[in-house]
Amino acid sequence: MEKKKKRLVTRTIILVILALAIGYTVYGTATKEKVELVAVGSEAPDFTLVDLNGEKHKLSDYRGQGVFLNFWGTWCKPCEKEMPAMDRQYKAFKDQGVQTLAVNIAQTDFEVQSFVDNYDLSFPVVIDKTKDVMTAYNVGNLPATVMIDPYGKVAKIITGEMTEANIASYMELVKPE
Amino acid sequence: MENITCACGHSNPYGTKLCEKCGRPLTEEEKQNKVVDMRYDGTAIRSKTYNKSIVDKIWNFFSSVKVGISLIIITLVAASIGTILPQELYVNAPDVSKPAYYEKVYGWFGKVYNQLGLSDLYSTWWFQILVGMLAISIIVASLDRGIPLYKSLKNQRVKRHESFMKRQRIVAEGHVTASPEETLDKVEKKMTEMKYNVRRDGSALLAEKGRFSRYGPYINHVGLIVFLGGVMLRLVPGFYVDESIWVREGEMRAVSGMDGYFIENRKFILETHDNKPQGEQVRQGVNVVAKNFQSDITLYKQPKDAIPGDIDNLEKVRDYSIRVNHPLKEAGFALYQMNYRLNELKQMNFNLVNKATEESLGTIEIDLTNPKKAYNLGNGASVQLLVYTPDFNGFENGAPQTKSSLPVNPAFIFKMTTPETPDGETSFVAIKQTMEPFGETKYKMKFAGSETLNVSNFTIRKDRTIPILFVGGVIFMIGVAIGSYWNHRRLWLQVEPDGGVVMAAHVNKNMFSMKKDLDAVTAFAGLPHYIDQLEKLEEGEESTDGGIKEKEGDNTL
Repeated sequence: MEKKKKRLVTRTIILVILALAIGYTVYGTATKEKVELVAVGSEAPDFTLVDLNGEKHKLSDYRGQGVFLNFWGTWCKPCEKEMPAMDRQYKAFKDQGVQTLAVNIAQTDFEVQSFVDNYDLSFPVVIDKTKDVMTAYNVGNLPATVMIDPYGKVAKIITGEMTEANIASYMELVKPE
Repeated sequence: MENITCACGHSNPYGTKLCEKCGRPLTEEEKQNKVVDMRYDGTAIRSKTYNKSIVDKIWNFFSSVKVGISLIIITLVAASIGTILPQELYVNAPDVSKPAYYEKVYGWFGKVYNQLGLSDLYSTWWFQILVGMLAISIIVASLDRGIPLYKSLKNQRVKRHESFMKRQRIVAEGHVTASPEETLDKVEKKMTEMKYNVRRDGSALLAEKGRFSRYGPYINHVGLIVFLGGVMLRLVPGFYVDESIWVREGEMRAVSGMDGYFIENRKFILETHDNKPQGEQVRQGVNVVAKNFQSDITLYKQPKDAIPGDIDNLEKVRDYSIRVNHPLKEAGFALYQMNYRLNELKQMNFNLVNKATEESLGTIEIDLTNPKKAYNLGNGASVQLLVYTPDFNGFENGAPQTKSSLPVNPAFIFKMTTPETPDGETSFVAIKQTMEPFGETKYKMKFAGSETLNVSNFTIRKDRTIPILFVGGVIFMIGVAIGSYWNHRRLWLQVEPDGGVVMAAHVNKNMFSMKKDLDAVTAFAGLPHYIDQLEKLEEGEESTDGGIKEKEGDNTL
């Protein structure tokens, strides 16, 4: 009996390990091609970029505040559409401890400046010239928005266009207590 | 499930065909056979020993050779279906338009093929589960057969029962004239000479050679599993990177997949052979043949604790010319020259020209990678750049729109100020298109040439699984070689004190060589002639045939 029990345990262990390996392979392949940004709940990768006025913005400097991190480009229509709403919500939330940071993907200063002037945007706009931050956040399609809580953790990831009500609710989400 | 006790008193596990100790046939089937089945040396295949819990049932399912072969066939058929049309990965179309591509190029079949997911067959969950089940089958079946076989061969006795020996393919019976002791000594001497391991036990002798060849199939299974494991590891972060980036000349870009590294493309070079087309080249209508695709790059690295986006203190790693088949290798990564795009607009020049007199007030050069707000021409003339769209595709609410960030179809809105027009005139300029939205102007921006740059495409690869795949492949080949080029030969001999001799021999393949050894030892020790029971059977059955077929052995595992 002892021998049989041992055999059963060995067999169960081997089969479970092999089943897990197959499960991991299937899961890994299924999620490999998907454009996945950083994981919700994990620490948002720190970065530093320069805005149009030559000022540096480092994500970790905003620790203690919520951050609305938006990736965009001038050619991206949904990005363009949500900008005015973002600006209004930025003004509403900045004194409640929610910062807005817009990361442009490697466009020229001229284009970005014209865009900002055009929409009279008041939040800081930084340009990711080397696409380093875009790579670090694994941004595939624009617009992409990452909500970062006051502890520097990713609270929510939004891909695609947002309504103004959405934006307000997301900012509410990462507002410091 | 009860053990089977042999006549010799040894207790064998359920399912054993030949007694582990003396070799007596234990099943009715084996008793009927004239020549015993020596596969796995008559040991009980573990799965057949009992069939109780659900775990045992699953185990036994995978242990079955029938199931294993079915899995192999299903996998082969599935894999070959994936080769009917090109897989998605190799289709030259953007991801979103791939379904349309299949329908357009291959008609209804392509559409169905794509809809069924066969165009990305090797990544489908069911194909991977299939391969995974095959792996389980290989492992379980090998454990079930390999372990008992190993134990049985390791513990084999010298002395075997007559009923075992007489059921071997090669049997000899008779008498020797010399003394039993002398005969055994002679056989031992000859067999040792022929590199056999000889063991003796009283009146019995066992000569054995090449036992390890029985493990060939199991070694080869280990190699397969190592190989599959290596392929699986590609999914584990850090083991496998396959990324692609486009870098313009003069641009610096973060290297995807290679954290902390930046690449600057200094120059892309395309060289062609300047020969006159001839031979095959003419027949295939190829005008020029490329000689070299090369990107001169500089690789930079961030200091240790730098964060993404921080490019202030980059350290230069090195300059390199990436050519086809000459990747840049750094930190386990390889950067390959993969593709290129020639002549992307880099700079556009315009003359500020008086429409009436055609007189030019000067030239402005607009660097499209960094356009300026204003260009001063001196003498009171200047041009302000109001709008720049790199990839103009029409107006929306009166504003020019761009459909991408690439300078494919640049368009500008200029404000031209001259001493003659101090308030400025506005003009929209795009390729082959000008508009004057606020009324006709006295001046115009006249295209005066452009400069272009080239863009290189690099693939970034890291594959730490290659050594594992290599080891797996080597183990596999060793297993195949062992199983194919060596064979397990055994000779049992029993010489009774009265001179009565029983001899039997077994080989898992290559009976011809075994017989050569037997002929040598028979002649040397004066043993009785052996008979090949299979040949005898065939002869009996095919008496009209006359000829005797040389059999290649029974290919026992």
